[in-house]
Amino acid sequence: MLKKRIIPCLDIKDGRTVKGVNFLSIRDAGDPVELAKAYVDQGADELVFLDITATLERRKTLAMLVERIASELNIPFTVGGGISTIDDVSMLIRSGADKVSINSAAVSDPGLVTAIAGKFGSQCVVVAIDTKLINNEWYVYVNGGRTPTDLVAEEWATRVEKLGAGEILLTSMNSDGTKAGFSLDITREVCRKVNIPVIASGGAGRLEHFVDLFNETGCSAALAASIFHFGEIRIPDLKTYLTNNQIKVRC
Amino acid sequence: MIAILKYSSGNIKSVSTALDRIGYRSIVTDNPVELMSAKKVIIPGVGEARSAMLFLKERRLDKVIRSLSQPVLGICLGLQLMTRYSEEGDTDCLGIFDSIVRRLPAGDKVPHMGWNNFSRLSDATILKGIKAEDNFYFVHSYYAEISSMTTAVCDYILPFSAAMQKDNFYATQFHPEKSGEIGERILKNFLEL
Repeated sequence: MLKKRIIPCLDIKDGRTVKGVNFLSIRDAGDPVELAKAYVDQGADELVFLDITATLERRKTLAMLVERIASELNIPFTVGGGISTIDDVSMLIRSGADKVSINSAAVSDPGLVTAIAGKFGSQCVVVAIDTKLINNEWYVYVNGGRTPTDLVAEEWATRVEKLGAGEILLTSMNSDGTKAGFSLDITREVCRKVNIPVIASGGAGRLEHFVDLFNETGCSAALAASIFHFGEIRIPDLKTYLTNNQIKVRC
Repeated sequence: MIAILKYSSGNIKSVSTALDRIGYRSIVTDNPVELMSAKKVIIPGVGEARSAMLFLKERRLDKVIRSLSQPVLGICLGLQLMTRYSEEGDTDCLGIFDSIVRRLPAGDKVPHMGWNNFSRLSDATILKGIKAEDNFYFVHSYYAEISSMTTAVCDYILPFSAAMQKDNFYATQFHPEKSGEIGERILKNFLEL
């Protein structure tokens, strides 16, 4: 049986992880590769690296980092953040990324999704959708959640599937950072509308939130950052809890 | 020397870096002489069936691969190319395994993406030490039908060939190079043949 995936997300700036990390005694908590390996040992099913750097040197630094990650990790990983051209994608895939995640660029240039799928296959295109509930409608936001669009999340999800996306990373901005649980309604709706896997993100705070997510929506994976980084939830404990609640995970 | 077949534009590096991690050196090549003289050949799993077969035929590598007598491992698309025919792009394949490749039907999310285990498992050499409940990383939208050459079966929407073998030709639909330590076990089993 296909297992539900648990995916830690690491924010990268200038080749280092940002936000503090204090869940275990790795040699260098700022080194993304050290942290990533620690997560692999804990049983993470995949990893997402989100590059939040905005410098000209970014691409070179990122490519070097991706090469290091690829050479040391034995599980799949996705790289996202600021990807806007097919050249960006080629550089990351050739450096060893298994998937790339695109967000704002998919909105401004939907053809990019199709171009990446055509060149590297749908399985390596993750479209990230940041969404916020306004007047009873879930609108898509871009530029790291700063800029609203007139796109509605469910419709945009359906469209990116047609464009060639292989997976959707759905983040509820209403829930993100609240630790009050995932936004089950929009996650359920998006999962119903598309036939590609959906990763849910935003709101995880307690073990029960993951059970609710997998029991009440059709999503394939859950992504979280700080609760893992700060050791509030340990992946082995989470997986034991999910197993005890009849949710199939890789142990 | 271990040769990894170079074809299409995807991430073939993941296989060579996986071999590095477990202590085996490899070359990535589409040179027939290098492929024929290699101790082992790996056909990695990226791209689309039609363009991949076109690439192989243009370089007459289809004949080269069929003629290989050393152990050959196909991964993901590599497995699918070793069958007779793929629905993906209506493509005639290498014809090593007597099986055909079809698109996963409706019934669940496609691609089949993530960690899955086996519903049936034979004692084929490269699966030595592997248990049916072990999980491997799959990502594919097409599957090879079960045949007498199927050595492991995975169930997703329907039962399909997760691993196959005929003589010196071995193949996995999942990605051993992305399946953690248990995946590395399969690579080692193959490399130690």
